[in-house]
Amino acid sequence: MKSLLSASAVLALLAGTAQAEVKLGVLLGFTGPLESVAGPIASAAEMAIAEVSDSGKLLDGETVAPVRGDSTCIDASAATAAGERLVTSDGVAGIVGAMCSGATGAVLANVAIPNGVVMISPSATSPGLTTVEDNGLFFRTAPSDARQSVVMADILTERGLSEVAVTYTNNDYGKGLADSFGTAFEEAGGTVTISAPHDDGKGDYSAEVGALAAAGGEALVVAGYVDEGGSGIIQAALDTGAFDTFILPDGMVAPALTENFGDAIDGSFGQLPGSDSEGGGDFETLASAAGFDGAAVYAKEGYDAAALILLAMQAAGSADASDYKEKIIEVANEPGEKIYPGELAKALEILAEGGDIDYVGASDVELIGPGEASGRFREVEIEGGEITTVGYR
Amino acid sequence: MLLDLLNALVALTNFVIVPATAYGAQLALGALGVTLTVAVLRFTNVAHGDTMAFGTMVTILATWGLQALGITAGPLPTALLALPVGVAATAGLLLATDRLVYRFYRQQRASSAVLLIVSIGVMFVMNGLVRFIIGVDDQRFDDGTRFLVSARDFKAWSGLDEGLAIKTSQGITVLTAAVVMIALFWFLNRTRTGKSMRAFADNRDLALLSGIDPERVVAITWILVAALATIAGTLYGLDKSFKPFTYFQLLLPIFAAAIVGGLGSPVGAIAGGFIISFSEVALTYAWKKVLGYLLPLGLAPDGLAQLLGTEYKHAVSFIILVLVLLIKPTGLFKGTST
Repeated sequence: MKSLLSASAVLALLAGTAQAEVKLGVLLGFTGPLESVAGPIASAAEMAIAEVSDSGKLLDGETVAPVRGDSTCIDASAATAAGERLVTSDGVAGIVGAMCSGATGAVLANVAIPNGVVMISPSATSPGLTTVEDNGLFFRTAPSDARQSVVMADILTERGLSEVAVTYTNNDYGKGLADSFGTAFEEAGGTVTISAPHDDGKGDYSAEVGALAAAGGEALVVAGYVDEGGSGIIQAALDTGAFDTFILPDGMVAPALTENFGDAIDGSFGQLPGSDSEGGGDFETLASAAGFDGAAVYAKEGYDAAALILLAMQAAGSADASDYKEKIIEVANEPGEKIYPGELAKALEILAEGGDIDYVGASDVELIGPGEASGRFREVEIEGGEITTVGYR
Repeated sequence: MLLDLLNALVALTNFVIVPATAYGAQLALGALGVTLTVAVLRFTNVAHGDTMAFGTMVTILATWGLQALGITAGPLPTALLALPVGVAATAGLLLATDRLVYRFYRQQRASSAVLLIVSIGVMFVMNGLVRFIIGVDDQRFDDGTRFLVSARDFKAWSGLDEGLAIKTSQGITVLTAAVVMIALFWFLNRTRTGKSMRAFADNRDLALLSGIDPERVVAITWILVAALATIAGTLYGLDKSFKPFTYFQLLLPIFAAAIVGGLGSPVGAIAGGFIISFSEVALTYAWKKVLGYLLPLGLAPDGLAQLLGTEYKHAVSFIILVLVLLIKPTGLFKGTST
C-alpha cells in the first residue's frame, strides 16, 4: 500500500513537471498500408512545432514538444489505444492526426471527444467526417472527398465525358469517394454505368474488369491506391482493351503510376490536393533544409495542422483545448495579416499584441463549414509517360 | 445477326474465357502441388503459397541476373530461362525443411493434423524469408512481347466492335501447364519411380514391405512439389505481378480447387482449378453486353445482368467448396476425405 502511494506520488510529480511544457501529439499511421506517407507528414508537423518552440514567443516563452503515436491506418483499436496514451499518459494539449479516415473517426469518438482534446487531421478525407458530431474539436487541413468529387465531376464535364464506370478500393476512403463522386457527377448531368468495389492485395482482377467492361463507359474512374489494387485494375483493363482512359483521384497519382504503365495510359487525367501558392514553394525549401521531402503528399497539410493548433493557443492565451478550439477558424481565415511557412514567430508576435492573422501556410489554408480545408486541387494529365500539371482549381 | 453473334462470342472470350482459362491453369498447377503432398506425404501443406512465393522470388532474382548479363529469351519472357534456377533453389529449400522439420514428425508417425500445424510454422518462416530477401513490394519481371493478339489489332483485323486480347503470358501459362501436367501423368503412371510413389501413397506399409525406400519417395515428392510450385508461381507472377502477400492469399483458391477436385487426385486438382476459376469469373460477370448482342433489340437488359457483385468472387469458391463437401465429401474425383 505504501509503495503504491509513493508510486502515485511520483507519478503526480512527473505529471506536474510534464505540464511545464506544451506537448502536441503527432498521431499518424507509422506502420500499416500508408507507412511510406506518414514520415514526411510527421517531419513537417515537427518542423512547425520546433519553429514555434525555438521562437520562445508562445504563451510567454513556453516550449513545445511533439509526442509521436502510431494510428496504423487500418486498426481502429490500435489507433484508439495510441490516442488514449497520448492524452492520458503524455498529457498532450492537442493532436495532429490521425491519418486515415477510419482511424481518425475512431480516435475522435473514443478519445478526443470524451477528453475534450482538439484534433486536426492532415490527411483524413472521408466525407463522413464532415457531418460527425465533434463538439467543435475536430478540424482538417485536408479537403473532404466530397469536394474532390465535385472537382472531378467538373473536370469530366469540361472534357466532354458523360458516361464513366467507377471502381473503388473496398474501404472508407474508396466507398466515400465513389459515392460522393456518383452524386456529384449525376448532378452535373453525367451517368455512372457501374460503381463496383475491388479488394486490395489480390493478384487477379479479371472478374472486376470483366464486369466494368460489360457495363461500359467512355473512361474508368479508379478510386484506389496506386501501390495496391488500383494498379492491378488498370493493368487488367489495359490488357483486355476494356478501357484506355483512366480518371485518377489522389490515391492514384504517384510516381509509381508512370513507373508501372509509362505512356500506356497517356491521355488519362486526375486531380490531387495541391496549390500553386507561394507558401508551398517556401515550405518545400524549408523542408529540404530540414532533410525531408516537402512535396510528399499531405506533408504541407501536416505543417499547417501543427501550426494552426499552436497559433490558436496563442490567440486564446491558453493551451487548454476548450479555450483555443474557438480560435482555430479565426486564425486560419481572413481578416488579418497573411502568414506563410517560416513566419510563425511573426504570427505569434502579432497575436500576442492582440492583432489578427490569416494563416495561409504551406497548403493555402482556408477552413470552411465545420472546419475543413476548402481544398485547392491540382489537375494533372499523363502525357508521354509523365505526370504533367494542367492547372489548379 | 451473325455479326452480333460474333461480337457476343468475342466479348465473352475476351472477358471470361481467356482470363479464366489462364487463371484456372495457374490454380491447377498450384492445386497439383498441394494434392501431391496430401497423397504421398499425407498432410495438407499450408506453406504451399509461400513455397510458390519463394520459388518465384528466386526465379525473379535469376531473371534480373540474366537480364544484367544481356541474355533474354527474345519474344518470350526471360523468366522461362531462369525457371530451372528457381526450381533447384526451391527443391533445396524444401528438402532442407523436410530434413530439419518434417522428418522428425514422420518418424514419430505424427497425425496429419499435427503436420498441418507444423506446416503453418514453416509457412511463417518462408513468409519472413521471402520478405527479408526481396521485400514486400510489387515486382514486375515480364519482358518480351506482351501480346499474342492485342485488342486494337484484333478490332482492326476483324472489323468487329469487340476486341480480343491474348497476352503472351496467358498463352505460355496454358501451354506450360499442359506440358507439365502431361509430364507429371507420364511420370506417375509410366516410370518406376512414379509407380513406387503411387504405391507408397496407396498403402505405406505394403510399399515398405516390397522394398520401396521411403526417404527416396519423400525426396522425389518434394522435388516435384518444388517444381510445380515454382512454375505455378512464376506463371502467375508473369501474368499478373509478384507480391508476397498475394501469394499467401492465393492459398485459399488453391485449396478450394484441390478439395473440390478431391484431395490426392491429380485429375481432380486440374478439374478443380478450372471449376473455381470459371465460376469466380462467370458468376460475377455482368452479362449486359453479351445479352445485348444476342437478344432482340427490345429484350436487351437495362441492368447489368450480374448475378453477384465481384466482391463476392471468393465467396463463390467457398460456396462450391461447401456444396461439394456436403454432397461428395471426397471431392469430385474421389480423393481422400479430409
